[in-house]
Amino acid sequence: MLKGRDLIVLPVLFLMLWFAATASAQMDVPCSQYILPNGLHLILHEDHTLPLVSLNLWYHVGSAREQPGRTGLAHLFEHLMFEGSAHVPLGRFDQWLEAAGGDNNASTTNDRTNYFENVPKSAIELPLFLESDRMAYLIDSMTPAKVDVQREVVKNERRQSYDNQPYGMAPIIIDETLFPKDFPYHWPVIGSMEDLTAASYSDIVGFFRKYYTPANASLVIAGDIDTGNTRALVEKWFRDVPGGKIIPDTTFVVPLLTENRRVIKEDKVQLPRLYLAWIAPKQFSPGNAELNLASFILAGGKNSRLYKRLVYELQIAQDVTAFQDEREICSEFYVIATARSGHALTELERIIRQEIDTLGQIPPADREVQRAVNQIQVDFLDQLESTAQKADQINEYFVLTGNPDYFNQDLERYKTAKAPAISNVVRQFLGQAKGVTLSIVPEGRTDLAAQKDLKRD
Amino acid sequence: MSRAIIRILEVVVCCFTLAMAQTPDRSVPPQPGPPPSLHLAAIEHFKLSNGIPVILLQKHNLPLVQVEAIVRAGTACDPETKRGLATITAAMMEEGTESRSSLEFADAVDYLGAHISAFAGWHSSGASLHCTFATLDSALALFADMVLRPAFPPSELVRVRKERFTTLMEWRDDPLAIASILSQKVLYGVGHPYGSPTIGDIGGLRSITVEDIRNFHNTYFHANNAAIVVVGDISGDLVIPKLEKTFGMWTSAPVPVKQPAEVHQVEGRTIYLVDKPGAAQSEIIFARIGTSRVTPDYFSIQVMNDILGGAFTSRLNENLRETHGYTYGAGSLFDFRMFPGPFTAHAAVQTEVTDKSLVEFMNEFNGIQRPVTDAELMRAENYLTLRYPEGFETVESIAGKLVELVIYQLPDDYFNSFTEKILSVSRDDVLHVSQKYIDPDNMAIVVVGDRKRIERGILELHMGAVKFLTSDDVLGPPPTDAELH
Repeated sequence: MLKGRDLIVLPVLFLMLWFAATASAQMDVPCSQYILPNGLHLILHEDHTLPLVSLNLWYHVGSAREQPGRTGLAHLFEHLMFEGSAHVPLGRFDQWLEAAGGDNNASTTNDRTNYFENVPKSAIELPLFLESDRMAYLIDSMTPAKVDVQREVVKNERRQSYDNQPYGMAPIIIDETLFPKDFPYHWPVIGSMEDLTAASYSDIVGFFRKYYTPANASLVIAGDIDTGNTRALVEKWFRDVPGGKIIPDTTFVVPLLTENRRVIKEDKVQLPRLYLAWIAPKQFSPGNAELNLASFILAGGKNSRLYKRLVYELQIAQDVTAFQDEREICSEFYVIATARSGHALTELERIIRQEIDTLGQIPPADREVQRAVNQIQVDFLDQLESTAQKADQINEYFVLTGNPDYFNQDLERYKTAKAPAISNVVRQFLGQAKGVTLSIVPEGRTDLAAQKDLKRD
Repeated sequence: MSRAIIRILEVVVCCFTLAMAQTPDRSVPPQPGPPPSLHLAAIEHFKLSNGIPVILLQKHNLPLVQVEAIVRAGTACDPETKRGLATITAAMMEEGTESRSSLEFADAVDYLGAHISAFAGWHSSGASLHCTFATLDSALALFADMVLRPAFPPSELVRVRKERFTTLMEWRDDPLAIASILSQKVLYGVGHPYGSPTIGDIGGLRSITVEDIRNFHNTYFHANNAAIVVVGDISGDLVIPKLEKTFGMWTSAPVPVKQPAEVHQVEGRTIYLVDKPGAAQSEIIFARIGTSRVTPDYFSIQVMNDILGGAFTSRLNENLRETHGYTYGAGSLFDFRMFPGPFTAHAAVQTEVTDKSLVEFMNEFNGIQRPVTDAELMRAENYLTLRYPEGFETVESIAGKLVELVIYQLPDDYFNSFTEKILSVSRDDVLHVSQKYIDPDNMAIVVVGDRKRIERGILELHMGAVKFLTSDDVLGPPPTDAELH
C-alpha cells in the first residue's frame, strides 16, 4: 500500500540484487553505520554518479503488529505521516519537497513501513528536517479531522485496488485461508472497511508512541553525499527526537495447513483464474533462494515449464506466473494462471501439479538453472542504477540480516544453489505441503472452478 | 572504463557523541543550496556505411548497454480496417526469425540474461536491447536477427491473435480500460488511428493476416527510415564496428508518408455514461484534444499541467483527495504525440460522490482560467527542473529520451536547455496555455460506474447532454467462442 502517487504496491514479485555478469568479480556496496544516542540506526552509502540523494527510512512495523479489530492501522498511519507535524503545517510536506525538486512516497507491507525522498544533493537538509520533525512531533499537530480525511482516502484506495479491481480480492482471500485467525498474516495490509471505520484518534496516538521511535527505525542515505558531513547533518536534525522503549521481538510459530483448502469466489470477470498458494520459508532463510530459482524454472520466460505447456503449446491459459511474496516470518509461494475461454480451472490445475511433481522428482537441467541465474544477474545490475532502489535494498538487508552490505552473501546463495536442492524444496514446500487452491470464476460459473482432487485433497 | 564497481567492504560502526545536545532551529525549513548542475556526457553522432544514423551517450558507472533500433512508422500507419497492425507486427517479431524458432530465440536471449523486445508506438516501431557489455556481441546478433529477419510464422499468429481477442474480453472487466478507450474514441473517432486501442479492435484483429504483417515490415523497416540509439558502458570506437557488422547490410527503399485524417476539437459538453453494475467506484475522464509534441507551447504546458494535475500537490489532487477524500488520487496529463494527442484529467471516485467529483473537476478547470500564484509557479518550475536529473539514472530511461530527440527532431542541446526553458515560463505564459487548451465549456466527459446509483445525480448537474452506453458499445461485439478457444 502506498500513500499513492500513481502506484499500488503489489507483492514484490522477485526483486533481488545480483552480481555483475562477469563471473568472479566481487561487488560491494560500501556502507558506513552509526547509532545515535536515541537509538536511530544510520547507514550511509556514497554514489557520485548523479547529483542526487535518496533517503530511505524504515520503521520496523507493518500490519503484522496490528490488533484484531484494528486491521489497516499501520497503513492508515502511513497516510497520516504526510499530514503535517509540529513545525510543518498541513500540506507543506509535499509542497516544500516539490519546490526543492524532491519526490517522496511511502509504502506499508505486513512487516515494515518505509518512507523515502529523492532530492537534488543541494536539498539534502530538507528531508532530514521533515523526517525528523514527524518522527519527533507528529502527534503535536494530529487531529481527529485529519484522521477522518485520510480514512476516506484509504477506503478509496481499498475500493480502487481490491473491491473494484477484477480478481482484486484474491490476495485477501488467500491470506485469510492460508493462515489461522491469530497469525499476523491472516489479515490484509489495507485492512477491513469496518476496522478502518473503527480506527480512532487515540489508536493513532498509541500506535505512534509505541512503534514510531528512533530505536525502531533505520535511515539509509545513498547517493552524492559526503559521509562525514551527512552524518553531522543527521545528528543535527535527529538529536532532539526522544528515544522510545525497545520493542521486544515476538516469535511466531509458523502454522502448517493439515489439509488442502479449496475456495471458490464468484467475481465480475470474464475468465476464470486459478491461484495456488503455499507457505514458504522466510526471506533469506534456507530454501528461500532455491524457491526463487524454482519460480523462474516454472514460469520465467517462454521456455519455462508452465508457460511453455499452458500458454505456448496447449494454449489453454492466457497467462501464468510463479513468484514468492517474501516476508519476515514466512513467505508465500504463488502460481497464478488465467484460463482461456472454454477451459475450466481443473484442467489448468492438473497440468500445474504435474509440472510441480516432475520438478520435485527430477532435478532441473543445468541450462535451466543457469538461464535463471543469468537473468537475475542483470536484474541485480539494473537495481544498482537507481539510488532509490539501492537505498531500499540496503535497508531491507540491514533489517532482515543485520548486514546492510549483504549483497555478496545474497549472491552466494544463488551461486551455490544446486539442481537437486531446487528439486527438494519444490517437493517439500509445493508438492507435499498442503496449500490453498483459489478459483475466481465469472458469476454463475462455479462449474469452471478447480474441482476437488480425491487423490490429493 | 570501469566494467564494474569493485570496492572494498568497509563498515564502520560507532556511536555519536552526546555533545551538542541543543535542538535544531525548526522555525523555518532549511533552504536548499544552489541547484547542482547535471553533467551528461556529450551526445555523439555517427553514421553506418548504409547511412543509418547512430546516436550514442556513454555512461560507464555500471557494465550495462541499451540499444534501440527504430523506424519512423507506428500505429498511426495502421489502415482503418486493420487497427492493431503495427503492434501485432512488433509482437510477431518476437516469435522467431528465419534461423531460430520462437522458443529457440527466447532461450538464447534468456540464457544471455539479456532483454530483447519489439515495440510499436504511435509514430515509431522497433526493438530494444538491454544487456551487459560482456554479452553485447551475442545479444546484438540476436537483436539484429529479430529486426531484420523476422519469420512471422502463421502458427504463431494464431496464438498471438487469440491472446489479443482474450485481452479484448478481459477489458470488459476493467472500468479504467473502458473509460480510457472510450475517451480516445470520442475525441478522434474510428477514422483516426488515435481513436482505437493500439492493440487493435475486433475488426482489425479479425482481418490482419501474415501477409499484412510482412507487408508492414517490408514497407517501413528500411535503413533510410531507421535510426539506432546506444547508451551505456561503451565508446563509439567499440560500438560502431559491432553495429556495422549487424546492421550494416540493411538496405534502403522508398517509404510512403501517411497523413492521418483531420481531427475536430470537442464542441460543447457531453457526458458518456457507461454502466458497470455493482461498481464500487466510478472512473471519470475529462478529455479534449491537446496539442503536438513539437508545439512551442510545450514548456508552458508542462508548468501549467503540473499545477493543475501533474504533481501530487496539484490542484486536482489537493481538492479531490486531500480536501474531500473522494479518491485515492486525481490528476491530469497531456499525451504529446506527433499530431495533437489527448489532454485528459482522471480520477476513480467513490460511487456516492460521483456527481460531486464532476463538480470539483469543473471548479478546477474554471479556476485555472485565472492567473496562478507566484508560489505555485515557483514550486512547479522547481519540481520539473530540479528532479530532471532523475531521468538520467538508467540506461533505458536515457535511451528513451534520445529516441524522443530522434523522432521529434529535437536539438542536441535539448537536455541542457530544458531547465532554462522551464524557468523562463511566466505566469502569463501559464495563463495563455490554460485558456488555450483547458476549455471547461467544451469537453468530453466519460464516466464508467454503477448507472442506477449515479445517473440521477449526474442528470441533476445539467453539465451537458448525457449519453448512455454499454461496454459492448465501447469495445465492439465480444469475440466469438471460436476466436477465443
